[in-house]
Amino acid sequence: MSDFSLVILFASVLATAAPLIIAALGETITEKAGVINLSLDGSLLLAAMIGFMVSYETGSLIMGFAAAALTGALVAIVVGIFGIYLGLLQVAVGFALTLMCKDLAYFLGNPYSRLQGPQMLSVKIPLLSDIPFLGPVLFQQPLMVYLALLLIAAVWWYLFRTERGLELRAVGENPEAAYTRGIDPRRKQLLYTAIGGALIGIAGAAYSLGIKPGWGRPQGIEGLGWIALAIVIFGGWHPLKVALGAYLFAFLQVIGITLQGVWPSVPAQVFQVAPFPLMIFALVMINLLQRESVQGWVSAHPLLQTLIRQLQCSPPRALGKSYRPD
Amino acid sequence: MQVEFQQIHKQFGPVQALCGIDMRVESGTIHGLVGENGAGKSTLMKILTGYLTKTGGRILLDGVEVDCSDPQTAAAQGIGMLYQEPQDFPSLNVLDNFIVGRDSVAGLDRTAQRQRLGKLAERVHFSLHLSAVLEKLTIGERQQLEFLRLLGRDARVLILDEPTTGISDQQKALLFQALRQIRDEWRTIILVSHKLEEVEALCDRVTILRHGLVTGEAEAPFKVAELLSMMFDKPPSIERTEHDYQPGEEILRFSGVSANGERVGLSDCNVTINRGDIVGLAGLSGSGQGVFLRLAAGLLHARVGDLIFSGAALNRLGHREFREKGGVFLPSDRLHEGLIPGFTLRDHFALASGLSSAAAQQAAEQAIQRFHIRGTPETLAESLSGGNQQRLQLALIQANAQLVLLESPTRGLDVESGQKIWRYLRETFSGRGAIVFSSAELDEILAVANRVLVFFDGRVVRDLRADELDYEHIASAMTGK
Repeated sequence: MSDFSLVILFASVLATAAPLIIAALGETITEKAGVINLSLDGSLLLAAMIGFMVSYETGSLIMGFAAAALTGALVAIVVGIFGIYLGLLQVAVGFALTLMCKDLAYFLGNPYSRLQGPQMLSVKIPLLSDIPFLGPVLFQQPLMVYLALLLIAAVWWYLFRTERGLELRAVGENPEAAYTRGIDPRRKQLLYTAIGGALIGIAGAAYSLGIKPGWGRPQGIEGLGWIALAIVIFGGWHPLKVALGAYLFAFLQVIGITLQGVWPSVPAQVFQVAPFPLMIFALVMINLLQRESVQGWVSAHPLLQTLIRQLQCSPPRALGKSYRPD
Repeated sequence: MQVEFQQIHKQFGPVQALCGIDMRVESGTIHGLVGENGAGKSTLMKILTGYLTKTGGRILLDGVEVDCSDPQTAAAQGIGMLYQEPQDFPSLNVLDNFIVGRDSVAGLDRTAQRQRLGKLAERVHFSLHLSAVLEKLTIGERQQLEFLRLLGRDARVLILDEPTTGISDQQKALLFQALRQIRDEWRTIILVSHKLEEVEALCDRVTILRHGLVTGEAEAPFKVAELLSMMFDKPPSIERTEHDYQPGEEILRFSGVSANGERVGLSDCNVTINRGDIVGLAGLSGSGQGVFLRLAAGLLHARVGDLIFSGAALNRLGHREFREKGGVFLPSDRLHEGLIPGFTLRDHFALASGLSSAAAQQAAEQAIQRFHIRGTPETLAESLSGGNQQRLQLALIQANAQLVLLESPTRGLDVESGQKIWRYLRETFSGRGAIVFSSAELDEILAVANRVLVFFDGRVVRDLRADELDYEHIASAMTGK
C-alpha cells in the first residue's frame, strides 16, 4: 500500500471513530454512575435528525449541535426519571425509547430527506498540518475528531482525578454507602445520565452534520448505537479502553471499504457486515480469557497475562439497579 | 458530646419499630445498647445518623435540639456510624474509599490524604495496605478503614453496630484498644451489640431495648443475669410436652464441617442427629443456624468436613438427592424460597409430584381440606397469608419424609396456627424421623424441642438434651457467655 493511501486510511479511521467515541464515552459516564441508558441507538438517530433539521433551518452548525445535545439529554432524562426515581426497569424504559425515538426520527425527518444542508468542514491547524504523514492524519480533520480526542482525556481526568469523578464512581458502585456519606445518589445519577445523553446527542449531530452528512431513511448509522453500547462493555467502562475499542471498530469498517477495492469479487455486503461479528468475536475472546480454566494456561505466559489483566474488568456493581432510599 | 433521645418513635408501615425511646449518653463514655434482634437498636442508631427519618421525638446534642434528617447534616454535627454491613466501595482502592464522601475534609489531594490516613492508622495502631483494592481485604480490615475515616472526619459521636461480627480475634483486640483510646479523648461511643461479653469488657453504661422500648439501664460492673432478663421476654410458664425421648439410629451427621455463608459461616461443627430427635436451633438470628440447615439440605456445600445423610455422603449430593432420600427443607422465606409466587396451589402439587392436572386438582382440594388452607386450587401462592403459605408448604411434603428441616416455621403466625402446625409435625414425623428447626423464639424451642443446639458466632456452643434444657442457660449461651 502506498504512503498516500495509508494517510487516507488512518485519517478516515480517526474521523469514522470520532462520533462513536463521543457516544460511547457518554454512555460510559452514565453507566459508571450506575445507570444503563439503553435508548442510545434511538436517541443517536433522533439527535442526528434534529441536529440536521435545526442547522438546515437556522443555517447554523452550532445551533444544530446544541439542539442535538438537548435532544439526547432529554431522552436520557426520561430514562432517568422512570428508571431512577420511579423505579421502573431501566433496560425496559431504554429499549422502548430506542424504538420510539427511531420511528419519531423517521417521521419528523421526512420533509428533510435528501436535502443539501450545512456541513462541518475540516479544520487545518496551521503549521502542525504541514508535518509529513502526521499532519494530514491528525491535523486536517473535522472539529469532531479533535473534540473526541479531547473528550477521551477529559473523561478520564474527570473520573479518576477529580473528587466529583470519585463520587460518580462511588454512586455506581454502592449508592447506599454513598448516601451514608452525604451524597444524594439519585441526583447524581440523573445528572450523569443527562450529561451522557447530551454527549450521545452531539455524536448524532456529528454524523448528520459531518461524517455522514444529510438526513435520509436509512441514515446509515442505524445499529451504531448498539455498537457503542457493546464498546462500553468491551472497554470495561474505562474511557481509554472504550476509545481504543471505538478505534478498533472504525479500523475494521475502513479496512473493509479498502479491501472492497482489492477483492472486487467478494460481495460488498461482506465487508459492510464484517466489523459487527468481528466486534462480537473480540468480546467473546476477552470474556473467554477471563475464565478460570483459561487463566491457568495463561499464567505460563507472562506477557499474555499482563495483557489480560489490563483487559479484565467488572461492571459498576450497582449498574442498572435503581437505588431506593428506606 | 452528650447525646439525648426524647420520645423517639419510628413506624415502618403498620409496624411500630420504636415506641418512645428515652435515652441519654454521656460524653467520654462507651455506652452499650443491647437487645435481641429486632429490638430496635439499629433503627434508633440509623435515626441518629440521619439514614432513617424518625416519626416522632427529639434528638439533643449537648442539650440543644438538632436536626438529623439526612446523613450529611448528621455528619456535620459530628455523628458517625460504623454500619453492620460495611458501607464502602469494594472496587475502589483503600485510599479512594477513605476520601470519598461529602463529609470528607481535605478533598482529592491523594498525597495529603495518604499522609492523613497513615497518621490516623498509626495513632490507633492499625496497619492497612493503602493501594490495595478494597474487595481483597477482610471484613475486619474494611471496618478498620471505615473506623479511621470516621476518626479523620473528627466524629465526636461514634456509633458501632455489631462491630465484631465476622472479624478475627486479633482485629477485635485492636478495635477494643482503639475504642478505649478514643473514649479517653472525650468522645462519645455507642456500641450496639448482643454479645454481652463485649459489653462487659468495654462499656461504662448500658441501655437495654426490647420490642422498641427501653426496658432498663445499668452501670458497670454489670450483672449478666439482670441484663438477660431485661433483654429477653420473661419465660412464661410453658406447657412443655413430655418427651419420652429415646434416640434411634443416626440420620444425619456433621463431622468437622466448616462452611461459608451468612457472614459468620459455620465453623467446625460436629453434630449427630438421630431418629426421634426434635432439635431446636437456638441463637440470635444469623449466628449460623441458616447455614447449618442449608448444609443439611444440600443447598450449600461444606468447605471442609463430612456430612452424612442416611448413610450417604451429602458433600457430593445436591438438594435433589437430599429430597429423594427423604429430606425436606422449609425455608423461612416461604413465598420466595419455598413456593413459587405466581403459581396456583394446583400448580404446586403438579410440580411437586409430577401429577397430571386433574390429579393435582384433587390433591390440592384434599390438602385444602386437611390443612385448612384458606384458598382454592386456583389461588396464587402469593395471595395466601403467611400462615396459609406455611400450611401449603407442609402439605407439599412428600409422604416418605424422614428428616424435616424447618427455618423459623411459625414466624409471623399467631399462637394457635403455630400450635396446630407443631401438633401436625410431631404426629407425622417424630415417630419415623427427625425434625430440626430454627426459631427466634426461645419459648417455642423450649416447648417443642427435646434437644437444643445453641449457635453463637457461627459455632455450635451447646448441645443440650431434654433434661438439661434451661431458659437462663440457653439465653446466656446465645449471647456468648
